[in-house]
Amino acid sequence: MRAWLYLIAFAIGVGIVMTPAILVFILEGGNVDDALLTAFAALMLLAGIAVVTMKDIIRCGLAMIVCFIALAGIYVQLGAPLVAAAQVIVYIGAISVLVLFAIMLTQTKSGSSQLTFQTQAGWAGVAAIVLFILIGVAVGGTAWPTLVSQRLPAATHDLATKLFSDYVLPFEVVSVLLLAAVIGGVFLAKQEAPQAPTLDWQEPEPGTRLDSSLGDANG
Amino acid sequence: MADTLNTYLTLSAALFAIGTFGFLARRNAISMLMSIELMLNAVNLAIVAFGAFIPGLQDRGAVIALMVMAVAAAEATVGLAIVIAIYRNRKTPLVDEYDAMRR
Repeated sequence: MRAWLYLIAFAIGVGIVMTPAILVFILEGGNVDDALLTAFAALMLLAGIAVVTMKDIIRCGLAMIVCFIALAGIYVQLGAPLVAAAQVIVYIGAISVLVLFAIMLTQTKSGSSQLTFQTQAGWAGVAAIVLFILIGVAVGGTAWPTLVSQRLPAATHDLATKLFSDYVLPFEVVSVLLLAAVIGGVFLAKQEAPQAPTLDWQEPEPGTRLDSSLGDANG
Repeated sequence: MADTLNTYLTLSAALFAIGTFGFLARRNAISMLMSIELMLNAVNLAIVAFGAFIPGLQDRGAVIALMVMAVAAAEATVGLAIVIAIYRNRKTPLVDEYDAMRR
């Protein structure tokens, strides 16, 4: 029974993701780029909404991975394959695993999944919608200078040259930052050693017997 | 549609708004950190889109996006370590029960 429910949910999700893409594909007369972008965008937004609304936090983490995968697809479409590869390695490979481990370390058995939202969740939704409208209006109202009508691919060779010539100082600073983050993370999350019970041991004066039984045993 | 900057910027705005909602509305500290990751990814998408459509930024957009990713990794490390450290003391991941400085 559960398996059927999951299958139906999966089918609904695939339908929500694929329907707009197929519609775009038909309406624009077979434009594969637009259809792919629509599919990735729908997947990304759906997974993003799942991340912030689902009750089970493990599923939130898994939805986050799906969101990052869709985003990597969009990076490829934008002509930045190196960024897409870094997205897969850093976000899907490292940060998601870190988040999942943190989830497993901090979940108590009883609840904590009930009452997912704060009391101000409604106002938070309003704020998010207002923010989206504001950014949308700003984007739509801005005449970007020197736009090109074609996506420019970021060639890996040129990118690497820039990274190690113009941007070498930020690169080094970031490496120091990562080192600091590693040390800080280990320091913060380190299990503190259980404190040995402190004994108020005082050196006995010479000649006094510590224990009567011990003294008896010794004669 | 796939060849205009506004499409990607609108997408980025939507993802950022979703992250904002999650950050403001969730009770679990790790959920809030995941929302921050969504917001960072939205910013990254905007940066890469600018790099793809403005000739002067052609490769720089990707370079800056890589930097943002490294900084995001550092942020996630330290943030999750802090959450785990707090959890060890308070035995709860819910942020509204971290009220030691309010009492």
